[in-house]
Amino acid sequence: MKNPQLNKNGELQHLLSTEGLPASIIRDILDRATAFVTSAEGGEIKKVPLLHGKAVFNIFFENSTRTRTTFEIAAKRLSADVVNLNIGSSSTSKGETLLDTVDNLCAMHADMFVVRHSQSGAAHLIAQHVPSRVHVINAGDGRHAHPTQALLDMFTIRHYKKEFHNLRVAIVGDVLHSRVARSQIHALTTLGVPEVRVVGPQTLLPTLVEKLGVQVYHDMHEGLRDVDVIMMLRLQNERMQGALLPSAQEYFKYYGLTQEKLAQAKSDAIVMHPGPMNRGVEIDSSVADGSNSVILPQVTFGIAVRMAVMSMLGGAE
Amino acid sequence: MKIQIKNGRLIDPKNQIDAQHDVFIADKRIAAIGTAPDGFAADQVIDASGLTVIPGLVDAAARLREPGYEYKATLESEMAAAVAGGISSLACPPDTDPPLDEPGLVEMLKYRARALSLCRVFPVGALTRGLEGCELTEMAELSDAGCKAFSQADAPLTDTRVLMRAMQYAATFGYSVWLRPQDSFLAKDGVAHDGEVATRLGLPAIPVAAETIALSTMLHLARETRAKLHVCRISSAASVEMVRAAKREGLAVTCDVSMNHVHLSEVDIGFFNANCRLSPPLRSQRDRAALRAGLLDGTIDAMCSNHSPVDDDAKQLPFAEAEVGATGVELLLPLTLKWAAEENVPLLEALRHVTVNPAQLLGQKVGHLSVGAHADVCIFDPDATWIVKSAALKSQGKNSPFLGYEMRGRVRYTLVEGHVAYDDHFPQ
Repeated sequence: MKNPQLNKNGELQHLLSTEGLPASIIRDILDRATAFVTSAEGGEIKKVPLLHGKAVFNIFFENSTRTRTTFEIAAKRLSADVVNLNIGSSSTSKGETLLDTVDNLCAMHADMFVVRHSQSGAAHLIAQHVPSRVHVINAGDGRHAHPTQALLDMFTIRHYKKEFHNLRVAIVGDVLHSRVARSQIHALTTLGVPEVRVVGPQTLLPTLVEKLGVQVYHDMHEGLRDVDVIMMLRLQNERMQGALLPSAQEYFKYYGLTQEKLAQAKSDAIVMHPGPMNRGVEIDSSVADGSNSVILPQVTFGIAVRMAVMSMLGGAE
Repeated sequence: MKIQIKNGRLIDPKNQIDAQHDVFIADKRIAAIGTAPDGFAADQVIDASGLTVIPGLVDAAARLREPGYEYKATLESEMAAAVAGGISSLACPPDTDPPLDEPGLVEMLKYRARALSLCRVFPVGALTRGLEGCELTEMAELSDAGCKAFSQADAPLTDTRVLMRAMQYAATFGYSVWLRPQDSFLAKDGVAHDGEVATRLGLPAIPVAAETIALSTMLHLARETRAKLHVCRISSAASVEMVRAAKREGLAVTCDVSMNHVHLSEVDIGFFNANCRLSPPLRSQRDRAALRAGLLDGTIDAMCSNHSPVDDDAKQLPFAEAEVGATGVELLLPLTLKWAAEENVPLLEALRHVTVNPAQLLGQKVGHLSVGAHADVCIFDPDATWIVKSAALKSQGKNSPFLGYEMRGRVRYTLVEGHVAYDDHFPQ
């Protein structure tokens, strides 16, 4: 079975998942993003003409202001024409199928789709369907993958820790429902992180998650012991239903990141979060705003990483 | 009409025959095997040199989609596909629209099927009204109309008191109850086996316990009510073991498996292949191995196609939104042969699971070629290969996990009640 994200020369055709992505391509993306960050003057990334004349369609079947905005900024800094579509409120609610919507947008000469959908596999389906001149970036599909988030996380880790091969990383929280966690795990293991841990109650960890190459911890104190990187996950409010968790209070007590639990990690450990944060649920404000937190730099790097991915896919051919 | 099938290799599992024998058909029945009856003058001679002659296949589960889902498939398209697959008898589950819960619907279905004069159709009646799991259907009336068993198809029956009473009532008349074990709470929103692949792909999962808990309930109630229980489409190693133990105990329990689960596992979902969106879900490779072992030792009585044609649009969706099901009647024979070849099972043994065994489940005197039996015959070329693709399938459903596979074994003739219902014979 052909890797659906690579073209016949092994180059990136779509970005659908960090799983199966060669380490060399991940490093290329991170290097390219570094160039965008260092070319910034006064913290501002200059506009570059790499996607001049290209049409980027942000198609969001699931609402997200933040991710869509960062993709929009990234595309505009690459000089692309950007069209935002919130499909949740348009065609499919009128009965048009996903692929009909995609066909129509292709007919409008889209060069690139940035897709978010509530169902796992939606981006793969679209990628299989579009003509080869069109590139697809998965901006989150169900519980499956959110590769640009994981790549910006890798960028952040590399920025602060320089190397991957000597790290101990803990991912904490609702791994079961998290596309971010899955993409982080594949990216970390691909880049050679020797020890990746997942920490959470059994109800929020998927069956056989250890097969993804991680160690499972239910006790957060043990799970954070001597780690270099803590990657917190967002806990959706609806998890309090369906008998997954009893209450936000109890969750915070056992799995919320506090100064006391953070003390288990190495003193120079970095704390990450994909946002938006629930303060007092998965993370204490004193940690989120504390000296170990790199949560805001993550957002800044996110634009550079998305620029890197878009320019790699849609740049001069 | 008198037909002689000559020079073929005759395999009849029920009568334990595997030898070169001619078959003589007269008055819609098998008149003789081996030597022509006195004064037999054939109206038609079928040269089966190099071909294998077996009883017409009996498929324990094939959805014809009528009434109600004619946009997916019709009786005509699916029965034509069935005979092209060597099937001369099939049982259709009651999950039509409306469900087969009224005698009039069953009579209409039987009438329409008979008028097409392709294969035999044995309707399985609804166990509860509207398959809603609340009130019993008129089972005796439905039986008079032609229902051979009673089932919920894939619809849940969560109320165990209703289930117990349905089994008691069916037991009163000696009807068998066909149930697919799935706990609807544990299976809620699930689309794939709760294992490595669902975890990797982020698909909502259905644990094995959803099957074993429901199966355990059914077995307890079968013991209590003495109803004849047929367990449909088991998918896990644990279920095979439970059925094995129940049979050892002497319970009146039988069991089938879909051919998809004999050949595929969760791994075949690959990158979200919606053609592998099946119910029950494809499980692990260990489960598949246990299902194969269950067929071999007789724990699993029958292998069915679980034919469920789906229109293309319903599969062109993200995995979880894609409709459940795969077309199958044209693949039942080649996939039986493939399993037999892979496991080194003699055809005489393997074919039992698609002929006499499912016929016995339905209480029908078909699925064998004894003298005097209905002349339902499948004649196939065991060496012919073909590629499964849309154009090669007669079924209106083109959705199959086996698209692109090469199959060995091609049906040349299917005879039903002594007439040629399908003929794909190319003169050399």
